[in-house]
Amino acid sequence: MGAFSFLLNSTIGKKVIMGVTGICLVGFLAVHCFVNSLIFVNDGGELFNTAAEFMAHNVLIRTMEIFLFLGLILHALQGINLVFKNMSARKVKYYKQDGAANSKWYSRSMGLLGTLLLLFLILHLKHFWYVSRLTEEISSGDDTLFGEMKEVFANPIVVAIYIIGVISLAYHLLHGFQSAFQSLGFNHKKYTPFIKSFGFWYSIIISILFAVMPLALHLGWVK
Amino acid sequence: MSENMNLTLKVWRQRNNKDKGKFEDFKVNDISPDMSFLEMFDVLNEQLISQGSDPIAFDHDCREGICGMCSMYINGRPHGPKEGITTCQLHMRSFKDGDTIVVEPWRANAFPVIKDLVVDRTAFDRIIAAGGFISVNTGNAQDGNSIPISKIDADIAFAAAACIGCGACVAACKNASAMLFVSAKINQLSHLPQGQPERMQRVRAMVHQMDKEGFGACTNTGACSAECPKEISLVNIASMNCDYIKANVIDSNG
Repeated sequence: MGAFSFLLNSTIGKKVIMGVTGICLVGFLAVHCFVNSLIFVNDGGELFNTAAEFMAHNVLIRTMEIFLFLGLILHALQGINLVFKNMSARKVKYYKQDGAANSKWYSRSMGLLGTLLLLFLILHLKHFWYVSRLTEEISSGDDTLFGEMKEVFANPIVVAIYIIGVISLAYHLLHGFQSAFQSLGFNHKKYTPFIKSFGFWYSIIISILFAVMPLALHLGWVK
Repeated sequence: MSENMNLTLKVWRQRNNKDKGKFEDFKVNDISPDMSFLEMFDVLNEQLISQGSDPIAFDHDCREGICGMCSMYINGRPHGPKEGITTCQLHMRSFKDGDTIVVEPWRANAFPVIKDLVVDRTAFDRIIAAGGFISVNTGNAQDGNSIPISKIDADIAFAAAACIGCGACVAACKNASAMLFVSAKINQLSHLPQGQPERMQRVRAMVHQMDKEGFGACTNTGACSAECPKEISLVNIASMNCDYIKANVIDSNG
């Protein structure tokens, strides 16, 4: 198997996979959030639609999309695998366990947060990715992605689900961002305080922007 | 001076490794706040012996916080409610009159219960035997001062060497991961010149043994370091990860 078999065979290797794919997904979120934030220009979605058009047809972007999906699947599968492996490392549970005394609840709940995110993603992909990439609805010019967003977010229940999804994302990132660097072996007093505070603000700002999008469309702040 | 107290103890009893085990409640009266937690257990065991019943088995040795033997999981935390101490350094003044205290053994598949609160921590010994040493096969030990070591490296190695191998990291971790222990034992050598020749094979061998013993993976919750009586830093885990990746990807001895 050579030099990289440790990625699948050892606990540290598995965490390396989680860290690398996690950082890639974090990078994707920045692009996704930037493009979507174009709706706040409030020009009836014109600029946003142009950007969405570019993202849907550029060869480089579409190639990266394949790697993004592979990364996401790897992250999810390896995550599920690790959750079960870690749960079974302590077959007899404690009667009384005071986790709050030594760690953050979201650090201990990455499996749960990740599962919520995965469920949200399935719905999210169905709402937008499926419609824009796999049906003719948008490419034929009958509808735009911005129009699709307005339609989807007219439903208050959908808006609520999106906000729950984004809250899961916020907490998942709060732990995941800095944890990825730790798993990859980067922890030094020179740069770790920067990674931690950058990760904190990154998680908060990205999540607030994502949460405001469905709200703004639902409440008509953006027309 | 605070008053002596009466307490209820809910203690895990298990005859042997095969036994299913259960909690038993005990009353202890007139406990001095100046006693250590283990001295309180001595009082309870004297009580049990005079009643003709089996005393509670628990690990202890030096009773001054350096041997790493005492291992009780008290009210949901390894070594009880205080930070940076072992169970023998926990005083009864941390509790109040009338409290019910739950005492359990370390829980991890890799640490099977031997009896009551005593668990088998020889998994740690096997990890050390896999590579936690330096090989000097011949001759006398040379004078320590003949090898210059930077103060920074000496301090990092010394801080890692403070690990007493008690297993609180495993007990605290939601994944029963031994990463803090293993990384401390690796870093006490990898920051010193004597540790360099075997550095890469050491990290590979020790991590391999750690996985074989059935400890979970690290999810960086930080519970281990927060509960460690010697406050071993999480930086050790990152250094070990870094060395482990190097050992697998770029080490020529691979």
